[in-house]
Amino acid sequence: MTLWLHTLAIALLVSLGGALWRVWRGPSQADRMMAAQLIGTGGVAVLMVLAALQDWALLVVAFALATLAALAAVGFVKSESPDGAGDPEEAPPVKKMRGTGQDRAQNG
Amino acid sequence: MSLVLDMALCALILGVGLATVAGHGVFRAVIFFITYGLLLAIGWARLGAYDVALAEAAISAGLTGVLLLAAHGRLRRLRAAEEAPLRPNLPAALVATGIALALGWAWFALPDPTAPDLTAALPQSGVGNPVTAVLLNFRAWDTLLEAIILLAALIGLWMLARDRAWDNPLGLRYHARAGGVMASFGRVLPPIGLIFGIYLVWAGAEMTGGAFQGGTVLAAVCLVSIMADVLPAPRIAQPAWRLALVFGPGVFLLSGVAGAVFAQGFLALPPELAKPAIVTIEAALTLSIAVTLVLLVIGPPDEGGQDA
Amino acid sequence: MADIATYVLTGLGLVFFIAGTVGLIRFPDQFSRLHALTKGDNLGLGFIALGVAFQTETWAQVAMLLLIWGLALLAAGTVSQLVARAAVSESQKP
Repeated sequence: MTLWLHTLAIALLVSLGGALWRVWRGPSQADRMMAAQLIGTGGVAVLMVLAALQDWALLVVAFALATLAALAAVGFVKSESPDGAGDPEEAPPVKKMRGTGQDRAQNG
Repeated sequence: MSLVLDMALCALILGVGLATVAGHGVFRAVIFFITYGLLLAIGWARLGAYDVALAEAAISAGLTGVLLLAAHGRLRRLRAAEEAPLRPNLPAALVATGIALALGWAWFALPDPTAPDLTAALPQSGVGNPVTAVLLNFRAWDTLLEAIILLAALIGLWMLARDRAWDNPLGLRYHARAGGVMASFGRVLPPIGLIFGIYLVWAGAEMTGGAFQGGTVLAAVCLVSIMADVLPAPRIAQPAWRLALVFGPGVFLLSGVAGAVFAQGFLALPPELAKPAIVTIEAALTLSIAVTLVLLVIGPPDEGGQDA
Repeated sequence: MADIATYVLTGLGLVFFIAGTVGLIRFPDQFSRLHALTKGDNLGLGFIALGVAFQTETWAQVAMLLLIWGLALLAAGTVSQLVARAAVSESQKP
């Protein structure tokens, strides 16, 4: 079992390495953020496997990682909005002119 | 096999570290930095330093990530992000390399640590987690100063505010579609995070956890609710927030003075009172750390969109 | 018996993670990549949590594993929705 759990953790790390390639490559910011999201979930999985391997106290670290990864993603979505404080669900995803985003977001 | 695992992890950490500094573009560096913190947390977990892994996951992958993302968003709104130099900044690289070399030299030059055996002293500390015993009892002085430094950092940040913005809500005016996905998330996450954060503080006395880790989780879920426009943004002038900021260091200082008057000295804890005293101080510190981190991340009072 | 369940379930989880990563690398546009990724990581993490749960010592650890998975599902569902919306507005910027 120990051997399998080690192999599993290594394979998960290699899979994370693949997602890192997408962070490097992009091209869009959403691509990079999605890859970071996959790396976050993969990190949680690695920590679960390490918990079985080393110490169950590591589940606490996995929990914290899951919570904080969600915060980082919300932070990304906020910083992507026109005024840095919005919600992509507010304004309909239609083409809009630069510079008017702030007024639109306030009214929408 | 565990050697292969550690080598794979080290290769990933080094690769991500290189990618963070070597690539072009601010946003890519920010995302690599977030994954760097995540991998470091796994590295600390492999080393058996679970409290450090917890702090690394919470601070580096979470709060610092949000700060850097917000900074990038602001730069982009100011149309400055893409003007970042594409060539490596030679003086900065030299200074950073110098610091890295000095640290490496210090690592090898230092004698082997001859710390006193903690397991012998642990029963007198009142708690079972050696990390908590060191932070809140044997080296309480350091922790007290750290709590005050956090406060000083916040005051330094507030100095960036203009006088006329002083009474405004802190940070940007966050808004979200009422009843939308983000607003719902801002309502669902806090109860889970609240329980988890308090659990971390309570469990920290005997197991992995502690005031700092618990406070960071509380700060994270509080930030999500503020960003999702579920909680109103705080203002500097509100007494409840100010009280929450100084509550932890205040309780800590008071218990230190009580130690000077009734026990062996400043910040000394008599063994029979150590456990309740530590849990009380940790609870108070957690509140203050959480509030300070929230206020640090959302930033100084905003002038209402005049900056862009 | 418990060990066999762990082998099978964590193996399945690994397959989903690798599938998610391959999709993230190979798929041509960001919305299909998002699709690959959300399937991959939610199911992958779930199978790994279930597989690891067969090795636990107490029920509290099982509960903790399932709680982490639930939290990850909730966060991933929310986040992928929001990131996709942000990607729509990003791709339509002039």
